[in-house]
Amino acid sequence: MIPRHLAIGMAVLLAAALVLGGYAWHMRKAVTAAPEVATDARPLAPPVAGPTEQVVLFVAHDEDGSLRAQSAQIPMPSNRQQRAEELLRALLSIYLDHNSPHVLGPGSEIHSVFLIDPGVAVIDVNGAFADTHRSGVLVEELTVASMIHTISANTQGILKVKILVDGKQRDTLAGHADLASYYDVGTVNQLATELQPGQ
Amino acid sequence: MPWISGRQNSPATKHKRQRSRRRVFSVCAIFFAVLLSLSAAYLSGAPADKHLSVYSVAANYALPLVQREGRDYVGLLELLEPLGQVTAKADGSKWRIRYNSSIEGDFQVGKNHALVMGREADLGGQFLMENKRGLVPVGSLGSLLPRFLGGPVTLHEAAGRLFIGSIATHFTASLAGENPPRLVFHFTAPVNPIIATEPGSLRMTFSREPIVSPASPTLTFGNKTIPSAIFSEGNAAAAITVNASIPVMATFSSDGRTITIAPTTVAVQNIPPANPPNAAPPTSAPAQNQPTAAPTTAANPIPRRYFAVVDASHGGDDHGETLSTTLMEKDITVALARSLRQELESRGITTLVLRDSDANLAVDQRAVFANADRAAIYVALHAASFGHGVRVYTAMLPYGGDDRGPFRSWTTAQRAALPLSQTLAGLVTSELQRRQIPVHDLPAPLRPLNNILGPAIAVEVAPQGSDVSQLTAPDYQQLVTSAVATAIANARDQLGAAP
Repeated sequence: MIPRHLAIGMAVLLAAALVLGGYAWHMRKAVTAAPEVATDARPLAPPVAGPTEQVVLFVAHDEDGSLRAQSAQIPMPSNRQQRAEELLRALLSIYLDHNSPHVLGPGSEIHSVFLIDPGVAVIDVNGAFADTHRSGVLVEELTVASMIHTISANTQGILKVKILVDGKQRDTLAGHADLASYYDVGTVNQLATELQPGQ
Repeated sequence: MPWISGRQNSPATKHKRQRSRRRVFSVCAIFFAVLLSLSAAYLSGAPADKHLSVYSVAANYALPLVQREGRDYVGLLELLEPLGQVTAKADGSKWRIRYNSSIEGDFQVGKNHALVMGREADLGGQFLMENKRGLVPVGSLGSLLPRFLGGPVTLHEAAGRLFIGSIATHFTASLAGENPPRLVFHFTAPVNPIIATEPGSLRMTFSREPIVSPASPTLTFGNKTIPSAIFSEGNAAAAITVNASIPVMATFSSDGRTITIAPTTVAVQNIPPANPPNAAPPTSAPAQNQPTAAPTTAANPIPRRYFAVVDASHGGDDHGETLSTTLMEKDITVALARSLRQELESRGITTLVLRDSDANLAVDQRAVFANADRAAIYVALHAASFGHGVRVYTAMLPYGGDDRGPFRSWTTAQRAALPLSQTLAGLVTSELQRRQIPVHDLPAPLRPLNNILGPAIAVEVAPQGSDVSQLTAPDYQQLVTSAVATAIANARDQLGAAP
């Protein structure tokens, strides 16, 4: 014979389980019915403090495979490393525009730029930057040359540049441009000159 | 009265028994006859034994294939035996093979992967063991064998042909003379095909020679008498079928390196005005006075030296750019490489195509092969939907990479040859401009250009307009490759090496 208090306890627990089960089912239904929030793939730029300065960006143009100088007014922090990051973010904002002369894939972002003395710059881009990049020798070369020439033209003393993807070394940007080695800034600047319109 | 045994029967019973025996014999005879005819029918309907032809510098040989689980399998030990010292050991479900006492491969029955020198290799199917014989899927040989042999391997799986190293024999075909026309085939190594003629065609079957397809398998000559020739391969052999409107015959010259197809004497008399070709008997069997074994490079252990190395970039898992939903860059680069090889060889320049099939080949391996071959020029081919016309690239050397004593830096191996590479790029650019093709030459951070010791350029071909399908057009491909080949031929002396 089951004691009376044990039977009552069991009945209460069973009732509680049923009620909780019903509540969980209701909640699941509510979550399923809730409208999905659209994902915004645009990068989130950190706030920048500093006076606005005029800088020169070297923008790739697909229609003639050239690199053209373009002036821009952007807030520039005093820190050298942050200045380099802002330069590349300004360049990227041009490439992420729908009417860009050299479109990059959605979600492309500069994680950070590290300046290591003497003369080393390490640009860390996110995975989307490389994963969504168009494949081809010239199209990849334009992106790389534009970034390196922009950063070296506005930051003194950079001799070599390394590009990482999500903090890790990658063989190529999108199957062609070599990311395994350090770029020689002198050579890239020479290439940038060759890529100027009319050269 | 003699005793009659109880077992002795009357004549009627005896006769009955004999009839019964005869009936049993008849039934047995019919049964065996039916069995025999069924066996014969089964055997006649059975597919012919499949083989794999293996072409290598060491030996050319054929191996039987067995079909298991819907795939063709081949014995790995039997495959490697003619190429070096091989031993194999079975231990339960495990099987270990050792090649040249240094390279070890570990296999396990039922597993899709193997370990070769500790690195995993995908077999694309289960490893099987029968009577301690290790069987691997034929499809895996393209990626598995380079691990053992340390060199490129090209597998034509559907045709059952395996090329180990730079062994392929290439050929060109050109029409000489109009009346009567003569079709002249030039081969890069002596050949000895089986020749069969039938109305409307002459077929040359190459069972021992590593003949490979030209840029296009169908060659057209714009001649009514000999309109075309078709290259095909299958059943572990290659064949060239020459279509002709009149009976033709084949003659051999240049120690089997040249085969001339010309109308027979009788046929020539029907072509006004008559101009008889060189008298030679029609060949219907293996050519007389020709070596019986394929004397390609098998007889000569010294590797062939190529003047040009043409590299079809990407391949295998690396598709390169996806040019359209059905078009990959890796497919265009192979077509361009074959076309460039034909153009170069027609100018007397011996050429090695590094990737002649859809195989994986790392950039480091490409540089190793090009450097080992000491080619006078390395040309990497790329295709792109971006931009218009052609871009010619030279290496953009990375930072640093100084040579250490007698050792060249891998990342800047190109440094010494860069001026010559730039000169050649300029010549190619001029030739393309001369042919009205939009062209631009510039340095590019493109591997393996910087790892090549000799002169090296890369050619990226984009459509002239916006239609990407132009990249597949043989006319456009030939327009570009012909210009590149002309520039290389003109720079032959400058490049400073004899073909």
